[in-house]
Amino acid sequence: MSDATAPADTSTAAWKDAVFAALKGTGVTQVNYVPDAGHARLISLAEADPEITTVVLTTEEEGVAASAGAWLGGARAVLLMQSSGVGNCINMLSLVEACRFPMLMLVTMRGEWAEFNPWQVPMSRATETVLAAMGVRVVRVERAEEAAEVVSAAADLAYGSEQAVAVLFAQRLIGRKVWK
Amino acid sequence: MSATVMQRRPAVRALLTDRPADLLVIAGLGTPAYDLFDAGDHDGNFYLWGAMGGAAMVGLGLALARPANPVLVLTGDGEALMGLGALATIGARKPSNLSIAVLDNGHFGETGMQRSHTSLGTDLTAVAAACGFAWTATAATVEEARALAPRLADRSGPALIRLVVGAEPLPKTLPPRDGAYLKTRFRAKLGLSPA
Repeated sequence: MSDATAPADTSTAAWKDAVFAALKGTGVTQVNYVPDAGHARLISLAEADPEITTVVLTTEEEGVAASAGAWLGGARAVLLMQSSGVGNCINMLSLVEACRFPMLMLVTMRGEWAEFNPWQVPMSRATETVLAAMGVRVVRVERAEEAAEVVSAAADLAYGSEQAVAVLFAQRLIGRKVWK
Repeated sequence: MSATVMQRRPAVRALLTDRPADLLVIAGLGTPAYDLFDAGDHDGNFYLWGAMGGAAMVGLGLALARPANPVLVLTGDGEALMGLGALATIGARKPSNLSIAVLDNGHFGETGMQRSHTSLGTDLTAVAAACGFAWTATAATVEEARALAPRLADRSGPALIRLVVGAEPLPKTLPPRDGAYLKTRFRAKLGLSPA
């Protein structure tokens, strides 16, 4: 496969719109995010939606706390980040387990497939381990056609059973980052 | 300048003078949680026992979810410094119903009274103002803290209130530390049912 035929990681794609629709369908009204190119479509859809409040974060752990606060007030939040941001969340995830807060995280993976930047690799390798160590259930999305269903099920698990769930979007699904 | 330094607990009680029934309060770990509990437990109080740096962001998520309720975050200088980025995030979002009150004794009181950055140059009101907070205030006396109490519910935020307090150790008054209980109790006050 050449870079010319691979999808760019900022691309619009039907599955990204379907993921947004799935979030809307489960009642999510707060979208807290550290930007990632793989989430760009989702972020722009959220910012354009009058029923959704978006919060741009300076670091991912802020979003763990904000999502907990949303639930204290009866709102459902989702936290968007790339895999490098998972490491920033570790201690803040204590809040989730100690209070049994629901937590829904959508994580775009870097460092695992056709990665050009070696600095992305260590946290990529540690992402699932770190989340599991802090009590977060991890589900991966490898294929576009399953993305919306997995997100919908993860949201129902998080908010129906007050669980912490992270959906990891494979780097292969998101597409190669364009370096030129 | 006042001759005597304000103590933490009178400062918190003064800020909560005539506490509005719909005021929701998030307390950061350590002395802010003890001081809030000492001022009177309340179903609308949520006490953190960990997650240092997170109190202001719990407050932001809550303030956005409950725009009709005034929300107060009571934290310390140590936690505010650890979560300094949260001030930028709040300043970007500008919720008018959110106030952050920082008990600033210039020290890490839980860990041996090491000096914090607010003793070494950081001015948290200046940081908040630079981040776009609607207003900031400093109270160094109980009277000044009491004068700010009505502003917690006037929807003029986001606000950062710096309460300049002494660093003397006080007996700990410990709120419940079962987080699931505190969460469920808080949500029940808002008419939200358990899962």
